[in-house]
Amino acid sequence: MTPFSWDRFLAMGGYAAYVWPAFAVFFLVLLADYLSPGLRRKRQLRELRARMARQRARNPRQTTTP
Amino acid sequence: MANWIPLWVHKLSSPPNFYRFAGIVRPWALGLALVLAAIGLYGGLVLAPADYQQGDAYRIIFIHVPCAWMSLFIYGLMAVASFISLVWRIKLAEVVAMESAPIGAAFTFITLVTGSLWGKPMWGTWWTWDARLTSELVLLFLYLGVIGLYHSFEDRRQGARAAAFLAIIGIINVPIVHFSVNWWNTLHQGSTVRILGPSRISSDMLWPLLTMMFATKCYYLASLFGRVRTDLLAMESGKDWVRQIAEQEARP
Repeated sequence: MTPFSWDRFLAMGGYAAYVWPAFAVFFLVLLADYLSPGLRRKRQLRELRARMARQRARNPRQTTTP
Repeated sequence: MANWIPLWVHKLSSPPNFYRFAGIVRPWALGLALVLAAIGLYGGLVLAPADYQQGDAYRIIFIHVPCAWMSLFIYGLMAVASFISLVWRIKLAEVVAMESAPIGAAFTFITLVTGSLWGKPMWGTWWTWDARLTSELVLLFLYLGVIGLYHSFEDRRQGARAAAFLAIIGIINVPIVHFSVNWWNTLHQGSTVRILGPSRISSDMLWPLLTMMFATKCYYLASLFGRVRTDLLAMESGKDWVRQIAEQEARP
């Protein structure tokens, strides 16, 4: 087996223009998929806190804070 | 509820318990997915030899095929969870089914795009109406249909019920995708990895492929649990345990 060389690795035997975009799509799509629920979660909790604050403002005796 | 189901299943399927459980499992599943992917891709991109016919272009297989497997696996799981949610009305099954759809759609999309990038140098075309390609495209539309139907109702549980029906009906497409290369002899190559009988692939290429398969499975678990946690918060936003989380996270 010939020793590893970065140039040869990145060239992918002349198919670099197809192999690397394929891997880029794989990682980018999965990254977006992984991050999206975190953003949704932040927004949801922010809205919930706003709702709770409104409720507290309406009747100050009923709070959920300990 | 049937009494043959053990108690811990009931306990685990209650939203606050599952929320905590998923929070513990998720980082481990993601970590395992990353380690397996690093090993699998090192084996596939560096150690495995070039293909005698396709040169280095075949290396797209190490993401294309695991993603294609996941697109079918997730659809099957989504359909089973949909069935459970319709019959037994288990909230958690409903959430699992509905949150599997975007992940399945992502994997199907990757399968189609990487397949296209592989097809151009090998077949000379980005796209062709081959049986395998067409049925995989239909799979993507089914996923998008489930997602769209779920979000098109004001009441999310009503939307989930309608989308669950579509998911169950669409399961007919899964065997069509799987057997399309046997039933219609068109451009896409046949299966190289077989469960029954020896695989038609060199072991230097097989082990990275199987490692990537486990990596994508672990990734799915991590992504699903993150999505399920978010959905449970939305579903139970009136309950005390969610309010407590909201207050805890407000503190810096």
